[in-house]
Amino acid sequence: MKKLLLGDEAIALGAINAGLSGVYAYPGTPSTEVTEFIQGNPVARERGIHSRWSTNEKTAMEAALGMSYMGKRAMVCMKHVGLNVCMDPFVNSAMTGVGGGVVVLVADDPTMHSSQDEQDSRYLGSFAMVPVLEPRDQQQAYDMMAYAFELSEKRSLPVLMRVTTRMAHSRAVVEVAETAAPQNELNYKSQAKDWVLLPVNARRKNDILVGLQPSLEADGEAWNKLTVKDSKLGIITSGVGWNYVMEAFGGDCPHSVLHITHYPLPHAAIAQLCENSETILIVEEGQPFIEEKIQGMLPQNQWKVIGKLNGGYLPRTGELSPDCVREAFRRIDAEAAGVEYKPVPEVAKPEAVVARPPALCQGCGHRSVYEALNLVLQEYENPRVFGDIGCYTLGFLPPFRALHSCVDMGASITMAKGAADAGQFPSIAVIGDSTFTHSGMTGLLDAINENANITVIISDNLTTAMTGGQDSAGTSKYEAICTGLGADPAHVRVVVPLPQNMEAITATIREEIAYEGVSVIIPRRECLQTLKRHKKK
Amino acid sequence: MKLDIILAGVGGQGILTVAAIIGEACMNEGLMIKQAEVHGMSQRGGDVQSNLRISDSHIYSDLISKGGADVIISLEPMEALRYLPWLNPETGWIITSSARFVNIPTYPSDEALEAAYKDQPRVVSLDVEKLAKENGIPRSANMILLGAAQEALGIEYSKLEDAIRRLFARKGDEIVEANLKALAIGRDEARK
Repeated sequence: MKKLLLGDEAIALGAINAGLSGVYAYPGTPSTEVTEFIQGNPVARERGIHSRWSTNEKTAMEAALGMSYMGKRAMVCMKHVGLNVCMDPFVNSAMTGVGGGVVVLVADDPTMHSSQDEQDSRYLGSFAMVPVLEPRDQQQAYDMMAYAFELSEKRSLPVLMRVTTRMAHSRAVVEVAETAAPQNELNYKSQAKDWVLLPVNARRKNDILVGLQPSLEADGEAWNKLTVKDSKLGIITSGVGWNYVMEAFGGDCPHSVLHITHYPLPHAAIAQLCENSETILIVEEGQPFIEEKIQGMLPQNQWKVIGKLNGGYLPRTGELSPDCVREAFRRIDAEAAGVEYKPVPEVAKPEAVVARPPALCQGCGHRSVYEALNLVLQEYENPRVFGDIGCYTLGFLPPFRALHSCVDMGASITMAKGAADAGQFPSIAVIGDSTFTHSGMTGLLDAINENANITVIISDNLTTAMTGGQDSAGTSKYEAICTGLGADPAHVRVVVPLPQNMEAITATIREEIAYEGVSVIIPRRECLQTLKRHKKK
Repeated sequence: MKLDIILAGVGGQGILTVAAIIGEACMNEGLMIKQAEVHGMSQRGGDVQSNLRISDSHIYSDLISKGGADVIISLEPMEALRYLPWLNPETGWIITSSARFVNIPTYPSDEALEAAYKDQPRVVSLDVEKLAKENGIPRSANMILLGAAQEALGIEYSKLEDAIRRLFARKGDEIVEANLKALAIGRDEARK
């Protein structure tokens, strides 16, 4: 059966068809559609596959481990920075091992289309010493999913599948199975001596994990394809990099190619490629992971290794494109022929075209929050507003210019506290409802325990808006959470962020800034995007 | 057979629906498709685009090479020009709405925009929003634009009609008919 699927959807369907029992995730571009697809899939509903959103990536990873402990197959989905949030259970899951297969699907975002950094998850997979799979297209992503679960169970290790925005958010025709494989039965095979990471157990498990590494490399032999051609140039490529190499040659590459989809890196295949080549070009999406490792393996006087690091044949930042890969080959050809390399001239964009940055929707509640905040903060000499991650980060841009920082999920509250500790007044945090439950609650507890002089604004639009309106874990519980953590109920205030309420909102902000201690203001009004959708229903 | 299309607009205008209809029409013919989309932050009123590639043989890259696009279909005139570096300078067509979407203070003047279009040899420009309103189908401006692009795309008109029927079927006859009407208006206006 043929289906037109986003990369994320192909992954989701591959997992369902592989006998998945639960997906655990927090929304994050470009990974969100994996979980959304499972939430809307009839087979998943019929089978009762768990697919409700988790509060953050750490709770997701741990819940998946619990399901795996009981013998069932589980998947965890996140964007690249989400892996940082669940690094603790992720790395330790390589020590405990798994029961039912666990696939950790991480979608990296080179070019930072919707992210705050360009980190490459292959480094973190290698760091945890687990197998890493990197499909090049939607079909391979679908096909690899069943294998990923089998591999995870065969080696008793979580498997990291790494994709990037370009594949995750591109549709292609995918050949898929008509029926889903059966799910694993609940079992009691998991042993406490494997899962209790006391030093006495952990040392033994660490030796096992290190000892497994050569076998993990051998597992990739069937997947890492080497094609040898009579050419001085050898190419090592991975993920979507392979697509651009093939695009440059219309599918018929005249050079030797080693296409890596399965890590750890295959030393034997690399040696074989080198035997037949003088120059090795590395074409990989993301950071120069393979290139760094290869440079460590090969003496530079014998082989010339080029790519993002050496020679600047490919750009060091941003995602790859068919253009930059084609130009790398044109430059190599020109240098081999001893002629000057000239890039293909490009048509320029007309001067009339100007940037059109994203903006908060007209009528959005966050707008009223920033308008009110800016009005009040005019009264102070040096106010500082610590922002967070979500639609409301756009409050940094004109016309508001209201934010002084945005670092990671939850950092608004803790940074405001640290600034207050340093003597800053007024010190304000602005955080969204979903971000607050993701990573803001623990920071608020710190602030309350020390009675830090900060004002926390939880701008509650009843949803996770930035990623398209997923359910927010704390909806209808925010006052209870804040007072439960110890905030004074008199200083947990709710306002309705509408332009006609400007006087009431500014008065509340003014009073709570003046209050010496932790105050929480909750402007609450539904996101316009989800409101539109609810009205349609 | 190879067709590389860039769809452009502002977040929320409905370019992905246009892409979905073209994709559906071509998939039904057994052709290969790749369609790279923009999700996430840019959807909040920023510039958005989609690279739609159609071929009768395997498509490797999800992205169109610079100078390789056969058609730019844009729901906004300045947004169409943003992708000129990708348009085939010898043969490429621009099919665009002339209705400006001004949500930034730096939006170019009418003169600057007209001057930029003067250099373009193959352009179909229609005020699809006005046409949609005049014909009582205010929500189908994007299908008027698709109708206007039909000849440049070289996809049989009836295949697009069938795709609209299939994709909008679950939304009811009224919506199917409004979109078919829009498609016809676009085709006829482009021929004028």
